[in-house]
Amino acid sequence: MSGADPIRLYRTVRLIRRFEERAIELVRSGDIVGGIHPYLGQEGIAAGVCAALRPDDVVAGTHRGHGHVLAKGADPGRMMAELCGRVTGLNRGRGGSMHAADFAVGVLGANAIVGAGGAIVTGAVWARRRRGEDLVGVSFLGDGAVNEGMLLEAFNLAAIWRVPVLFVCENNGYATTMPVADAVAGSISARAEAFGIRASTVDGQDPAIVHAATAAALGRMRADGGPEFLEARTFRFDAHHTFEHAVRLDYRSPEEVARGRSRDPVQIAGSRLPDAERAAVDADVEAVLEAAVAQALAAPEPDPATALEYLYASGLTARTGGG
Amino acid sequence: MPRLSYRKALNRALADELARDEEVFLLGEDIRVAASAVTAGLLKRFGPERVRDTPLSEQAFTSFATGAALVGARPVVEFQIPALLFLVFEQIVNHAHKFPLMTGGQCAVPVTYLVPGSGSRTGWAGQHSDHPYSLFVHAGVTTVVPATPADAYGLLVSAIRCDDPVVVFAPAAAMELRAEVSDPAPVPLGRGRVHRTGDDVTVVAVGHLVHDALAVADELAGEVSVEVFDPRTLYPFDWDGLLASVARTGRLVVVDDSNRSCGIAGEVIATVVEQVRLHAPPRRVTRPDGAVLPFAPALDRAVQPGRELLRQAIAHVSKDG
Repeated sequence: MSGADPIRLYRTVRLIRRFEERAIELVRSGDIVGGIHPYLGQEGIAAGVCAALRPDDVVAGTHRGHGHVLAKGADPGRMMAELCGRVTGLNRGRGGSMHAADFAVGVLGANAIVGAGGAIVTGAVWARRRRGEDLVGVSFLGDGAVNEGMLLEAFNLAAIWRVPVLFVCENNGYATTMPVADAVAGSISARAEAFGIRASTVDGQDPAIVHAATAAALGRMRADGGPEFLEARTFRFDAHHTFEHAVRLDYRSPEEVARGRSRDPVQIAGSRLPDAERAAVDADVEAVLEAAVAQALAAPEPDPATALEYLYASGLTARTGGG
Repeated sequence: MPRLSYRKALNRALADELARDEEVFLLGEDIRVAASAVTAGLLKRFGPERVRDTPLSEQAFTSFATGAALVGARPVVEFQIPALLFLVFEQIVNHAHKFPLMTGGQCAVPVTYLVPGSGSRTGWAGQHSDHPYSLFVHAGVTTVVPATPADAYGLLVSAIRCDDPVVVFAPAAAMELRAEVSDPAPVPLGRGRVHRTGDDVTVVAVGHLVHDALAVADELAGEVSVEVFDPRTLYPFDWDGLLASVARTGRLVVVDDSNRSCGIAGEVIATVVEQVRLHAPPRRVTRPDGAVLPFAPALDRAVQPGRELLRQAIAHVSKDG
């Protein structure tokens, strides 16, 4: 695969950045309830990885998952409507920030349980390849997930059954507030290597580097079928969750945050564009998000009488809780 | 009429569905050699792609099945030991069960979880003798406990064809049963069966306990006329079928191999007394609260619901009122 289009990479990181900033405004205004886990600072990873994917490839995301959903191609307006709990949302207002899914573009869902996506995407890719499709899958995960047993089991299954899943570890240095150094024995990439999975570590702040590493891995995976592991070193610019905006948790020094924020994927990707081109992308992204927010806030909220809709795919109706 | 064993009925249901639908495949530990006998012959007939032996990674292969189901496959996951369902409760309840609603109807998760040999196997002690069907009822996962070879076949077929996750408990105490079954056929989920009609008391019996209830009903014939109702599916429960029975008899006993608190027996009694004025307070025969099955056979039996307790319960509800 050739190098990614720098305009496309910049547009994606810019879109995610502004989406998250607009979403945080909506958390503050009360239009988004429950808060969000902002992806700010990590945009280069979703942008770089998803630029190397085909539309038929599938991804599974995390609780910090807005970037994955947007980069894979979900509509920002329907994503914002989902965060606002509206019927026009990707999940018709049933999932919210932590469960956003768009099967039409290959997003099998963000998952709020750390480490849960790995085996799910492995099964999905295996089942579709059994039908003769040559897709691959991506399981996004954080550094916290490498201490979850079910993820390590998923590494093993993908490896012994040679299922082409790229496990992308977004190592932002902290599992909520727990530093990697205090939580991970050995190294993160060695976890994957122990299962015979080829692993590499890249600078996650530069979407072009992430893209190149992903494209190389996917090329090998499509050819011979096995999984690979990519550790992308990154920095979370904002809170673990927006609740931290009200309740300050003391685990990162101001100096560490300033140092981390100095390597900004939006600036890194943007610096590769001529000023006029960058300004045009910025204007376009602003217009998309203006429309997204307006559409989300104008959309109706779900009817409480439909609260149990979609509970059973078989059409089973549940007894209600009344007397 | 041909005789069919319960175990063979499960085997035949798996084979028929594998043959009928290319999207059906099996996952589980030691299934290639059919350690539980329900997958006997299937590897040879359908190959290792569709009869996939797994490493001891229950959480991963249960989620692997979820992922495959999300894209249209119909996996059947076999668990050798009922307590493994505790280990994968997260994967079944928190993922497979929740995805259709959480995604706003974008997906279905048609996975069947099959436990051949649930409940006490006598001598398998504390960690291999659980019967946790009530947990799945509480979670709202479709749950079946077939009592007979015909129902084992028919309910497993229906479970595999169902678009939702279904847990199939095949009680160890029923696995060796044989019965004359002329033409095995699908049995609809959510529909109970009256095994024996009676006028005085409705006994609701779950799984293998249906046969104990029938034996006790036979013994008491002449004294008390006992109707034996087998729900077959515990969730969704055939409330209409049960209420019709209890409306006639006016008396209710439930025999259930769950621990007492929050077991299905409690739910059955609560639902009935919400809607029917009984002639006498209902009774339930269950495992004790917090039961851990002790190893020694006499102790194992002592914590399972048995015929003597069932006789006493029937006598109580017959006397009162």
